[in-house]
Amino acid sequence: MARFLANRWISLALVAALIVLPGLILPSSYYFRVGALVFISALAVIGLNLLLGFAGQVSLGHAGFVGIGAYAVAILPARFDVPVLLAVPAGMVLSALVAFVIGRPILRLKGHFLAVATLGFGVLVAMVLANEVGWTGGPDGMSVKRLEIFGERIRQPRDWYWISGTLLLIGMAIAQNLLASPTGRALRALHDSEIAARVAGVDVARIKVTVFVISAVYASVAGSCLALLNGHVTPDAAGFLQSVEMVTMVVLGGMGSLFGSIIGAAFLVILPQALTLFHEYEHLMLGILIILIMIFLRDGIVPTLHRLLMERRS
Amino acid sequence: MLASFLQFSMSGLTVGAIYALVALGFTIIYNASDVVNFAQGEFVMIGGMVSVFALAAGLPLPVAGLVAVIAAMLVGVALHRLAIEPARGASPVVLIIITIGGAFAIRGLAQVLFDKQFHKLPGFSGEAPVNILGASIVPQAFWVIGGAALIVLAVTLFFERTLLGKAVLATAANRFAAKLVGINTGFVTGLSFLLSAAIGALAGILVTPITLTSYDVGTLLALKGFAALVLGGLGSATGAVAGGLILGLCEAFAAGYLTSTYKDAIAFLVMIGVLLVMPNGLFGRAQAERV
Repeated sequence: MARFLANRWISLALVAALIVLPGLILPSSYYFRVGALVFISALAVIGLNLLLGFAGQVSLGHAGFVGIGAYAVAILPARFDVPVLLAVPAGMVLSALVAFVIGRPILRLKGHFLAVATLGFGVLVAMVLANEVGWTGGPDGMSVKRLEIFGERIRQPRDWYWISGTLLLIGMAIAQNLLASPTGRALRALHDSEIAARVAGVDVARIKVTVFVISAVYASVAGSCLALLNGHVTPDAAGFLQSVEMVTMVVLGGMGSLFGSIIGAAFLVILPQALTLFHEYEHLMLGILIILIMIFLRDGIVPTLHRLLMERRS
Repeated sequence: MLASFLQFSMSGLTVGAIYALVALGFTIIYNASDVVNFAQGEFVMIGGMVSVFALAAGLPLPVAGLVAVIAAMLVGVALHRLAIEPARGASPVVLIIITIGGAFAIRGLAQVLFDKQFHKLPGFSGEAPVNILGASIVPQAFWVIGGAALIVLAVTLFFERTLLGKAVLATAANRFAAKLVGINTGFVTGLSFLLSAAIGALAGILVTPITLTSYDVGTLLALKGFAALVLGGLGSATGAVAGGLILGLCEAFAAGYLTSTYKDAIAFLVMIGVLLVMPNGLFGRAQAERV
């Protein structure tokens, strides 16, 4: 199974199957919506996993970039008449620029200091979005113009299921390519030991900023899709809880496992949908579940399964 | 001019004292167990909420406060026993997520047990503001600042003058060596959660007459307490208290002289700014990385 998943094409085919097969049998648009949410979250989580799982750098503020992507598709078409299809790349560029500017100073920090600095960044973005009422509509958020392709408005969850699924597949392929490149090897060297990586000639500062920028772009695209799917954005998209949820998805699926990112996202998107049945107790149960998952599956679902399989074989 | 300066200083010191107590709670747990406990803000919430409801049930204020502190300590011990201890040895990210999960659970429990409304405690010595040099100051502000000073003093004495306090310090310095000289380090870690919970609850009781409380006040307090902690330098109790006061003052002055829209952003801007210049915080020592 391990070697099976390690093969790039096989794991891509597996992801494609996981997108296409449910898409053929899902009964109602509610399920397509949940599916689209899973793919969108998974896209952001893959980006964060590159940073957290492969480069070993914590970010507790990544939802800030989700917020930038989401508000780019909300503000640019509404206030500047920019076509929605151009607003998405504009959000990507903006996120990349922000990540580039703050990345170099912030990524010099380590451990808890890095955690709190990125946390501060995310909280600041959420505060700007909530306070600049004239631009963003304030805490209540604003509505988002629907995406139009060939004069056709894309608003059905079913359509977004296929769009976000395709984007997830592309994002996965790009991440795999990146990891197989010299940059990817430098990343893993960085994770094992920063000093050793530096001694071996890795430009540590540059690599860290590069992967930070890439992960910000993933988050931004996910944010844009989220806003277009919902037709509405609020500053909560950039909030601390969102950032925590993303980190939890990475750890739950397995740090350093791209496939795990999808599993982790699926788990944490679908579970709360099921928990809304007990909505009074939703917070309580979500908290307890997070604790239980982190205690018993702290290595992540995919790596744990992998280990169990290996043990049984030997 | 002087009046407004005094006004802002007092409100800054009052809020700062609360941040300082939250940061102190963070420090005690961090030193004893290397865990950054994001549920620290929930202890403040428990302190406020439980005393409000105990008071409403007819208990006199001091007894209600005592009940609240005991409730927070029970929750603290439960958090340690049920969530932190079973995950011993996990990576820092995992431990942070566990404490955030704990914070969720505590908040959810408070929402179910109490309600989602804002609540207020009466001021300990009335509500009529005192006029000092033109600044009008609510008497509760003196309770907060004085109470926080007493708590910090008590904690310092505990660490420096008692055997138990020294056991905590020894565990913080070197867990393995502390175990070798016969210190029950598991007990010490539990004790640190107990102590932090009590400090948080006391902070909550002191500040509720001024800022009100509800089931979800813990998150922002924990974030700002964490910012104060990092500003001061992780692991230093003096740094935590200083960091809290500095953040409180910055917030009050920025809100007073610049803009109150971004009052909550100041803490994080200051913190990020300081970290960029001094990556180990104001009072933190540079650490050499072991290869």
